[in-house]
Amino acid sequence: MQCEICKKNEATIHLTEITEGVRSEMHLCEHCAVEQGVAVKSHVPINELLSNLLSVQPTDEEIFGSSDKQLVCPHCGFTLDRFREEAVLGCPYDYEVFEKKLSPLIKRAHDGKTKHCGKVPSKIPQDAKKQIERLNLQQQLDIAVQNEDYETAAKLRDKIAESKTK
Amino acid sequence: MKLTDISNNINEWFDGSGPLADIVISSRIRLARNLAGHKFLSRCSKTEKSLILEKLKEALLSLNLGDKTFYISIDNAPSLSKNFLVERHLISRHHAFGKGPRGVVVSQREFFTAMINEEDHLRIQVLKGGMQLSECARQINHIDDMIEARVEYAFNLRYGYLTACPTNLGTGIRVSVMLHLPALKMTSQIEKFLNATRAMNLAVRGLFGEGTEAAGDFYQLSNQITLGVSEADIVAQFEKAVIPEIVEYENAARKQLLSKNIDILDDKISRAMALLKNAHLISSQEALFLLSHLRLGLNMHDHLGASTPAIKHLCSLRKTSGDVDKTGGLSITTINRLFMLTLPAHLQLNHGKSLDSTHRDALRAKIIRSALNQDK
Repeated sequence: MQCEICKKNEATIHLTEITEGVRSEMHLCEHCAVEQGVAVKSHVPINELLSNLLSVQPTDEEIFGSSDKQLVCPHCGFTLDRFREEAVLGCPYDYEVFEKKLSPLIKRAHDGKTKHCGKVPSKIPQDAKKQIERLNLQQQLDIAVQNEDYETAAKLRDKIAESKTK
Repeated sequence: MKLTDISNNINEWFDGSGPLADIVISSRIRLARNLAGHKFLSRCSKTEKSLILEKLKEALLSLNLGDKTFYISIDNAPSLSKNFLVERHLISRHHAFGKGPRGVVVSQREFFTAMINEEDHLRIQVLKGGMQLSECARQINHIDDMIEARVEYAFNLRYGYLTACPTNLGTGIRVSVMLHLPALKMTSQIEKFLNATRAMNLAVRGLFGEGTEAAGDFYQLSNQITLGVSEADIVAQFEKAVIPEIVEYENAARKQLLSKNIDILDDKISRAMALLKNAHLISSQEALFLLSHLRLGLNMHDHLGASTPAIKHLCSLRKTSGDVDKTGGLSITTINRLFMLTLPAHLQLNHGKSLDSTHRDALRAKIIRSALNQDK
């Protein structure tokens, strides 16, 4: 994406502003951002990132209507308002209870990723384990194709096919 | 174990050894885990927190790590001890000054630590000197397996290991590499490095000092994305792509200083030397800043064969040729010792009582003067 001001450099700074309910976006390169007085921080702490993500999300009413705003986790009594304040959840079940609200946020915090890929505890059922292992292989395959490493890609494709027949 | 047993020495990961140790100070991997069947800490009563603490403490102390392990209670610890553990990288600032029943299990050689009831029920970390991420990954995975055999973790198929904050979800892994990048700073290229890391979704923090400030040209680089990428891929990204590239940039900047900017380099080293050898009051920030330049000089001599006038002078302070023993002479180990042992809590713990900032600055200056004036 090109910088909106100089129309030359790659835009690396993306600003979202909400003024009186109207959302506007700006995409700038580093140089123009500095000229516009937008400070470029060397590091955005995770909590800040999270509160930024929350602040650009539509309100609960916009997504669910006002009734869901009162949604309370039956396991821990947690509400979305508390999450907004504390940026941490109340219990593992909150991921299911507030899934609709959390999933876009999780997607943004993890660069578009929405599913776990990686280690699985040995205590979970074999089927589930295989499912994640296949996901891992698929991801490695994507990377191999991206890197034009077709030899590895072919091996991974065979492994995936093999795991599906098992 | 008493804290004074370790406060007079630097930790193993900071002794200057390990692959690429002239630029890569240390490698660290931490995993965030929570117990199934319990609330996250923000919703836990004191009783539930104590229960979690006891359960995890018992599991952790029964592990065979090939090293002695100790438990230190944090909620009862005096603030000097807490600050010491933070300076030592054994606990986070968040853990030190949090609330409620909490503690840390530390291995004697300090390669392993486990914070109980920090933001998550359990945060385990493995720390090693130099570029050793694969080894950290292998070791922490094994430790995690051993813990998992004793407790049940909160996990679901879609989101992986469930964490209190959604930013740690999935693998719960934080891979961090601590780097010393003085030449990139001197050649005004550090912004380029910071921009590149941002583009790769990596976070940069300082290694010592308050907050995110990078004192003494030490930078800690870590991943931010934990969901949808496997542990192995995150480690491989650091080990094969990110770190070798940064090391190459820093080395290129060091060579550039030698070929084009010897005066800048020698000025920094000589000024640092003059101040450190003569100052009577020195703040910890100033000490980090100046010691960083000595560390650069010694490493440029050892790894790039540099022999500018200032570097020659610096090396003449060595008792013998090459790196000398840990008890005397100017070596990277000595410099690293000075970095750590002159941090505020280390100073006070080793002095046996708390000191105000002027007395700390005086004691710090004295320790540094005596280490650097051994040639006289």
